[in-house]
Amino acid sequence: MFAEFGYGVLVVSFIVAIYSGVTAVYGAANKSPALVESARRAMLLTFPLISLSAAVLIYLLINNHFEVAFVYEVTSRSMPTYLKITAWWGGQAGSLVFWSWLLAVFTSAVTLRKWDRDIEFLPWVITVSAVTLIFFLGMSVFFENPFTRFWLVGGNVEPSMFAPANATVFTPQDGQGLNPLLRHPGMVIHPPLLYLGFVSFVIPYAFAMAALITGRTDDRWIRISRRWSLWAWLFLSFGLVLGGRWAYDVLGWGGYWGWDPVEIAAFMPWLTGTAFLHSVMIQEKRGLLKHWNMILVILTYALVIFGTFLTRSGVLSSVHAFANSPIGPFFMGYVTLTLVVSVALVIWRWPILRSETEMKSMLSREALFLLNNLLFMSILVVCFWGVIFPLISELFTGQKVTVGPPFYERATAPLFSALLFLMAIAPLSAWGHSTIQTLGRAIWKSAIAALVVTVTLFFTYTQIPGALIGFFLVALALFATLHEFWRGARARQKAQNENFFTAISRLMGRNRRRYGGYIIHISMALMAIGILGIEIFQKETQGTLSQGEQLNIAGYAIEYRELASWDSQGEGVNYTRAVLDVYENGIYLGQLNPRIDYYFDSQQNMTIPGLRSTLRDDLYVLLVDWQPVSNLGATFKVYVNPLVNWLWIGSLLFLFGIIFAAWPEPDEAEEPARVARSVSQTSAAD
Amino acid sequence: MNITFNKKPLITYYALRVTYFALLLIALTFTTTTAFAQDNLPTDDEVNAIAQQLYCPVCENTPLDVCPTEACRQWRELIRLQLSQGMTEAEIKQYFVDNYGARVLAEPPRTGLNWLVYILPPAIILLGSFFLFRSFQEWTRPKVASADTGGGRSEASSPEKDDYVARLEEELKNRK
Repeated sequence: MFAEFGYGVLVVSFIVAIYSGVTAVYGAANKSPALVESARRAMLLTFPLISLSAAVLIYLLINNHFEVAFVYEVTSRSMPTYLKITAWWGGQAGSLVFWSWLLAVFTSAVTLRKWDRDIEFLPWVITVSAVTLIFFLGMSVFFENPFTRFWLVGGNVEPSMFAPANATVFTPQDGQGLNPLLRHPGMVIHPPLLYLGFVSFVIPYAFAMAALITGRTDDRWIRISRRWSLWAWLFLSFGLVLGGRWAYDVLGWGGYWGWDPVEIAAFMPWLTGTAFLHSVMIQEKRGLLKHWNMILVILTYALVIFGTFLTRSGVLSSVHAFANSPIGPFFMGYVTLTLVVSVALVIWRWPILRSETEMKSMLSREALFLLNNLLFMSILVVCFWGVIFPLISELFTGQKVTVGPPFYERATAPLFSALLFLMAIAPLSAWGHSTIQTLGRAIWKSAIAALVVTVTLFFTYTQIPGALIGFFLVALALFATLHEFWRGARARQKAQNENFFTAISRLMGRNRRRYGGYIIHISMALMAIGILGIEIFQKETQGTLSQGEQLNIAGYAIEYRELASWDSQGEGVNYTRAVLDVYENGIYLGQLNPRIDYYFDSQQNMTIPGLRSTLRDDLYVLLVDWQPVSNLGATFKVYVNPLVNWLWIGSLLFLFGIIFAAWPEPDEAEEPARVARSVSQTSAAD
Repeated sequence: MNITFNKKPLITYYALRVTYFALLLIALTFTTTTAFAQDNLPTDDEVNAIAQQLYCPVCENTPLDVCPTEACRQWRELIRLQLSQGMTEAEIKQYFVDNYGARVLAEPPRTGLNWLVYILPPAIILLGSFFLFRSFQEWTRPKVASADTGGGRSEASSPEKDDYVARLEEELKNRK
């Protein structure tokens, strides 16, 4: 009953989305505001409809309706209610409905904004959003229906939406339960954030397409897109960071990023999105690179769909890709179609996207931004090729290969280093024109400070050349950016006669984007310290200890005290927990309790490290194995991860920086004037 | 993680394992003391040093040293036996490639089609850099017809805010 109702509502929302898209196109073609309004209202209607369908699904999840295949796959009786709700996005079919629901949230929000200054975009923004929504809803309706039930037909259990002839509903006693890895709080919120990031990139794309179709290619679309992109970027970044932290906490390999194809699938739209956030400034300030910005937005959208395809189609199988399904060709077809149509539109509108001014100097801010874009695109090429090469190899030679961390690290390390260097010098260069002399004058103090830091590190910390280069670049970027804050505040202090702190807060408040960007740059440098630490200086050891025995690593000693194993029937989990004493150079520091949780319903383990975290390093201990009689011994793996905490500190600052930059400012008063100017420009172009 | 075993390699593996144990026992009988043999048994760290360069042959994208499955635990023990037999790192890696295919390596071996994975990205990046460099040259080449003095647009586009930034930058310049 409930399942049919939920499915019925899903089908209705699918039809409403089709109506909305078709009516919007028809309304725009016939210049009929009434039809466009109808399309807009239909689009608004998709949100309550999909919400209703999702509510039914959640009802089924909470109330143990195991006759529904999806409910059986992702929940079990022993799971607490909140996990049953979050199981909505813990499996393939549910997560696609979740995607559609988020998209409906965003498209509803965008259709509710004030359209008076850009009403010509409205039908096309609706169309593009509707097409995306139709695609995702279509997948749920035709391929990955979360309301499919089990039926007993002549002694066999078959999953089907509607009752086969002579069949009765089959209800299993208990569900399989959510993969324990997905029960971690980090994993509960990591997918929604990634999806939010993915979905919110649809909106800038919709505006870009609207601008191309209508021919209104002034920077109106870019001003609207920029704000949406920044929020999309916030969610995506937040999702990536949480994913890293989750991996560190539960995957039990002492790291945060394994260059797994599914991690890269989420990283690729982030790369193009980041490139876009930089190059968009060139278009706003200098009227250059309009083609390129269009291409970046299109690429980001395509990579969002491609990323979802990689994770959802089962084309890769890795820790994240918990699904195999027949939706692959459907996805590939859609990505190809949107790419072809988008690129055709760009080519069609090529002439009116010409730059308004010219590039003056290779050291100008805009030229350095272009270099930044080149670097982001290069990292994208490495990532994209690394992800798809195994598929190509399997397709053409039948040979399965792995493209793992060594490949990515070797290829991207110089690119990331170059980005750090650019991060140090680009903010110091001027729009339009800069020379070696002006840049040199702006940076020499920071460079000397960075050199002093590097020499100090050489004598006190490390002699590894790669690490020293890395630390030099980090220090250079940090000092140069901090120096920018200092100079700006000093200048304002003089000009406005304010004290230093008032000056710096007003300076930042009045230039949110600029200083938000600088905060992000500082956070990137801090994160780089953590990455250098763990990549270059990580130490590990493993050993089997009897009670009272010690394992030594990097000045630490861990001593095995005891181990206990017990069942928690209520939770359906068996816990095995070791007690270790930790010493550093003979001084007692405290206890660590690495454990292994075994989930009965899904018959899977989760390895929880014992973690002692300081700004200098993390001591990360895993319980690998143990003897049935605990005093016979247990095996531990110990990692020392120097400086890794700076990665998390940088991440927090990073999120603060994005929110600071994206925080809505009061609507600028000069906007109408700009529109008037751009309208005259558009008509001139026509 | 559901792991389905390919039967053949496992059988081969068990056969090998028995052989290795037999060899090990024979070796032990010929050594003077068992303590000596124990000293020679490779440590977990020595095993992991090799295992971390290999990928679990059945679960994709999981390095062998951190893979928690029973199968991987046994493969690590196999590496330990092979090390105690005096096999080199290269020989052990080759053994895994021969038995489970190139996918156990962290990177594709540099042969045949696999070269593409190493060549294509730098080629595209170089091409991109070249293209960008040429575009720069074109953009910065002095043009007779160009009357635009540059930078004009920013003042025109958002007067209030950018004026402030311009003033600020002017101020910064004066301080130099």
